[in-house]
Amino acid sequence: MVQKKVTLPLTEEDIESLKAGDRVLLSGIVYTARDAAHKRMAEQERQGIPLPFEVSGQVIYYTGPTPAKPGEVIGSAGPTTSGRMDLYTPALLEKGLKGMIGKGYRSDEVKEAIKKNRAVYFGAVGGAAALISRSIKSVEVIAYDDLGPEAIRKMAIVDFPVFVINDAHGGDIYQEGVEKYREQ
Amino acid sequence: MKEIHYKDIVEEVAGMCQRANYNLGDDVYSAFKKALSSERSETGKEVLAQLIENADIAQAEQVPMCQDTGTAVFIVELGQDCHVTGGLLVNAINEGVAKGYGEGYLRNSMIYNPLNRKNTGNNTPAIVHIELVEGDQMVLHMTAKGGGAENMSALKMLKPSDGIEGVKEYILSVVKVAGPNACPPLIVGIGIGGNFERCAYLAKKSLFRPIGIRHPDPDVAALEEELIASINRLGIGPQGMGGSTTALDVKVEAESCHIAALPVAVNLNCHASRHQTAVL
Repeated sequence: MVQKKVTLPLTEEDIESLKAGDRVLLSGIVYTARDAAHKRMAEQERQGIPLPFEVSGQVIYYTGPTPAKPGEVIGSAGPTTSGRMDLYTPALLEKGLKGMIGKGYRSDEVKEAIKKNRAVYFGAVGGAAALISRSIKSVEVIAYDDLGPEAIRKMAIVDFPVFVINDAHGGDIYQEGVEKYREQ
Repeated sequence: MKEIHYKDIVEEVAGMCQRANYNLGDDVYSAFKKALSSERSETGKEVLAQLIENADIAQAEQVPMCQDTGTAVFIVELGQDCHVTGGLLVNAINEGVAKGYGEGYLRNSMIYNPLNRKNTGNNTPAIVHIELVEGDQMVLHMTAKGGGAENMSALKMLKPSDGIEGVKEYILSVVKVAGPNACPPLIVGIGIGGNFERCAYLAKKSLFRPIGIRHPDPDVAALEEELIASINRLGIGPQGMGGSTTALDVKVEAESCHIAALPVAVNLNCHASRHQTAVL
């Protein structure tokens, strides 16, 4: 299976060339945020408080890691279900978010916003958290420390294994894959 | 009457929580290997290969296989000639969970209240089901149940006229709707009968039976086999990206129910099916 290597931040050319089903190794900076962080960002946005990081051009990874053992950079950190963030995602895409890493379905609104704003939704293998953590080289909590596993972390990743789930052209591997292998 | 001390339960439970999260059971590991050789999709094979490598790393380094280290769920078979000394059984289990999760660098995923959503900070409370049985032993069955698959689980009160075909149709519809969200390949736990809450419990309980072990009732076993085949024809595949491995196994538990009722509960489990058993 062809495996592409992509360095973050994503360029326009990367985004246009990535297709649903592609296997990709990502390297660069990502920011973690899940349920509680998304909720708080949306509240702060409403109050006119600047977001904890510049969303434009960046990639968000939906994860809530386990605590790091002494001497380790991070504990296990696999993807969580992305659909729970759907409510907040179109607004972030409007602000220039270029990629998301998670697992599971996105809503039609999110898929439309991905196409409209030229972005990519990647899926990491849910439950492969110990393996995935080997690709995480540094971690810094940059906001919402009180949220514990749900704090916003800035992560440096190298050869982080993902698949393209929804591409900027409307491709959707969840739909295409199931159609290909369905026997009834 | 046999006496079991509170502190011994705490220690045993703490160890169970850690072992469950670090060491994937042989039944699941063998099922991954078998699926890797039969899976038709290249993407599906790649996912399964990552899951096998992940299990190897977690075991070798004694780290959690998944960052969602779950809600700690216990089924306790408590012999009625067994007496717990030094405190309440449920308190001992909760203290063991707090110790196991804290000392084991496992994630705290439990919140005080579903509406205010503040983390309890030690992964308690555990969910504890106690079944009184004969004898003087205490058997603890524990699972670390992930949130993703639990969220896609469902229960429906069918009509008796829906019959077995209605039951099968409903189960397939739940698996289809769950798609990638429940982290396939799945273990599908099914409760049929009982009443509203008993049916959900049966579905959860069925997941404690190891992969590959069929129900002792041949009719129920045949239904399990049929459902494995039909779920794997759905095409969902590993992580929902298409393929021939959607369920590693299907477990069914059936019980008596009211003449007006046909309750069916589908409790989905992700591939990180983490179980431990201890006898005290």
